[in-house]
Amino acid sequence: MAKVKKIVKSITIDADKCNGCKACEVICSSWHATPRYSSNNPARSRIRIVRLPLRDIYLPVYAGEYTESECTGRDKYIIDGKEYNECDFCRASCPSRDLFHEPDSGLPLKCDMCEETPALAQPKCVEWCHAEALIYVEREEEVEEDEQPKLGDVEIGIGAMIDKFGLQQVLDTIARMAKP
Amino acid sequence: MRYGEIGFDLEVDLSRGSIDRVETDPNDTRLYMGGLGTNAKIMWDRVPAETDAFSPDNLLIFSSGLLCGTAAPGSNRTIVSTISPQTKLMAYSMMGGFFAPELKYAGYDKVIISGKSEDLVYLWIHNDKVEIRDASHLKGMGATAASEAIRKELDDPDIQVAAIGLAGENRVFYASIEQGRSSASRGGIGAVMGDKGLKAIAVRGTKDINVADPAKYMELCDGVLKYIKFRGDNPIKGVPPILQGLGSPQEMAIVDEEWHTTNFTWGNSRTRRKDFWTHEIEQKWKQTQENVRTRLISCHNCPMKCGATISVPGLPTYMMKCYSKLTYTMAAFSDLDFGFRIAQKATEYGVDGFSAPQAMAFGLELLEAGILTLEDFPGMPEDTEGRFFYLLDKIVRREGIGDYLADGTYWAARRIGKGAEKYDHNTIKKHEQLPLKLGMLNPVYYLMYSTGEKINITQIEGQFPQEPFATRELREEFVKDWFQVPDEKFKKYYVDWEPRGEMSNPYYPTVEASCEIVDWMEKMHYIDDALGMCAGLSSFPLKPPYHIHNYPEFVTAATGIKMSKDDVWKSATRTRTLMRALNVRRGMRRADDKPPEDHWRKRFPDLEKQLLDQYYKLKGFNNQGIPTRESLEELEMGFVAEEFEQKGIYNNG
Repeated sequence: MAKVKKIVKSITIDADKCNGCKACEVICSSWHATPRYSSNNPARSRIRIVRLPLRDIYLPVYAGEYTESECTGRDKYIIDGKEYNECDFCRASCPSRDLFHEPDSGLPLKCDMCEETPALAQPKCVEWCHAEALIYVEREEEVEEDEQPKLGDVEIGIGAMIDKFGLQQVLDTIARMAKP
Repeated sequence: MRYGEIGFDLEVDLSRGSIDRVETDPNDTRLYMGGLGTNAKIMWDRVPAETDAFSPDNLLIFSSGLLCGTAAPGSNRTIVSTISPQTKLMAYSMMGGFFAPELKYAGYDKVIISGKSEDLVYLWIHNDKVEIRDASHLKGMGATAASEAIRKELDDPDIQVAAIGLAGENRVFYASIEQGRSSASRGGIGAVMGDKGLKAIAVRGTKDINVADPAKYMELCDGVLKYIKFRGDNPIKGVPPILQGLGSPQEMAIVDEEWHTTNFTWGNSRTRRKDFWTHEIEQKWKQTQENVRTRLISCHNCPMKCGATISVPGLPTYMMKCYSKLTYTMAAFSDLDFGFRIAQKATEYGVDGFSAPQAMAFGLELLEAGILTLEDFPGMPEDTEGRFFYLLDKIVRREGIGDYLADGTYWAARRIGKGAEKYDHNTIKKHEQLPLKLGMLNPVYYLMYSTGEKINITQIEGQFPQEPFATRELREEFVKDWFQVPDEKFKKYYVDWEPRGEMSNPYYPTVEASCEIVDWMEKMHYIDDALGMCAGLSSFPLKPPYHIHNYPEFVTAATGIKMSKDDVWKSATRTRTLMRALNVRRGMRRADDKPPEDHWRKRFPDLEKQLLDQYYKLKGFNNQGIPTRESLEELEMGFVAEEFEQKGIYNNG
């Protein structure tokens, strides 16, 4: 397979600086609302803070891939005397938890780095994080050419529905709904 | 569909155990905006004048503000309204944190509690599912501990909880409602919650909050965020560090406490220690603060970090904000380490950080004066710190002398008698004030202290500087980028104000100018409290990001209800007038509008009379401080005048 150069976008999280204000959750859900900015709802945000103030745990996590089944990871990590669950660091939209699922439909949510034309200088959550806990990083990487087309929100959503209800039921439902 | 607000309140009657979701009238939004405004209207309509704080007919309203939970930075305040057991007037208390936005995400603007539960209960609001749950296992538990226990049993760390501690359960007249890093402390609202048998309200919401004009609204929010950053990079020069920036005074970040410790009074608001702050103290306090402070933290959607997580070795972790680190320290003539230790207990018990230390210092002063004797304090330790811990325990349990002190200095003094009354020297309308005693009367502060319906200066004072800068040049420099003023004349008032001489306190600012300045300060607070905006980004600090010029745009873009500057100003006037009317209906009159007698050494009775007369005139009150029929009708509140007439309030003065 051919090698191509690709810009990889990521967010470095400096959890020590997080002040737990949830501005990232507010602006993310607001940006992704339709029409844009028409509503906000942290439960729909693609970035969430694992926030346990009395244990001084403030951990922003942004949504990664959808997974149809949960993993076996149940490990604990103790860092600087604070105990974290393995799940706390996980970015997956996973059936084991509400995180990164639309609260109504249960459809998975995934961070898209606020892709937009023309491109934003940085994702909205990074822009709104005055605490500088979120740092936007772009780096160039050589990767194998990805022949698979990138899945859009609709494909990811339908994929999740198929996993849940089976292909036939989804097809039947779409066919029924498509009737005038 | 409603925008900005949700349009539904939750009505919970604890006597009957009923829960209703009730649609609200959009016309009330136009008139009162929300938050405190609509709370006041509900209190007027539904809580008759003779209702006692501890009557089942008293309401306890937890309200979000109109902008709470929208993207507007800092719009997160919960406004709690009820009748205060201490002042017998409207309690006017608020908290930041995360409660109000969560309530709106759950689909409600307010929770209105009526009646009383026989057994201790808590309320669990999870979107459309609302339950009254048994709280007998939480009885006597600290506010923070109970909140954690609730999160654990409901198995969701994102639940927001407002809870009372032992002080609220035992109806201490200055019991607070605690909520994570925030608390609604003033006026004894925690006692009303305890009286209703309500240990806590837990809320979790996963619904949308909508705004009417998304693009415009976001443009406004972005503008505010940029200006907050600008103000962070450009602190105001020439004022003490805690007044230079935005937010609450940055007590958790800043260690330099020279200003508070040398200007504010120690003990039962008695002693000024002008030489207290030394290099040695600074080093010691710096070490104390940095040792216990784990992290600076924020409220919902706000970049300021006014609070902190505090972990004193050997004590449970708690969260603190603002000035309570010093109120116990100074009342006990102790140090910061003691302040952080006792505040941990006080937070769990849930008491107000102003009233509680004053009541304790007052008790010890009575002992010193021989009005109380050691027999009144059985088993009390010898050292002052030990005595404060002892008294705190007695007060929240209402044991022995604690039962007296739990009513606050005013009521305690009258119950104790024997001349104790004159030791209750720092209350207004029966409510403990900031420990501050000064020399020359300041006309603006005289009015704010005397007439404020909050009965609490820290929540009334505002963005007009507390003192003039030394020279005219400095003052001219200050007003250059002062675009927040509602009118250019305020710049002139400030530039002309001199530290000494003819153009200084008490005769300058003039009577008219003083009234106008107070009117501006006060209006901004009433707008904040309707919108649920933190005063720390608006009415409190110098040169804030929210002001009368951008607020109308925020309200219009959020709600879709077109509101001009005049409309917003008028709505704030309406709420201010209705708050006065509520208190007038409960018996408050001109004679009550006064500061503590010893607040200033130099007083000017004639000038003070003129100030009050002019202030009443500007507000549309008669010379007893009662809103006139004419001004009430102008504000579309003829219904108030009608009741005043029926009750003969205008005739009897």
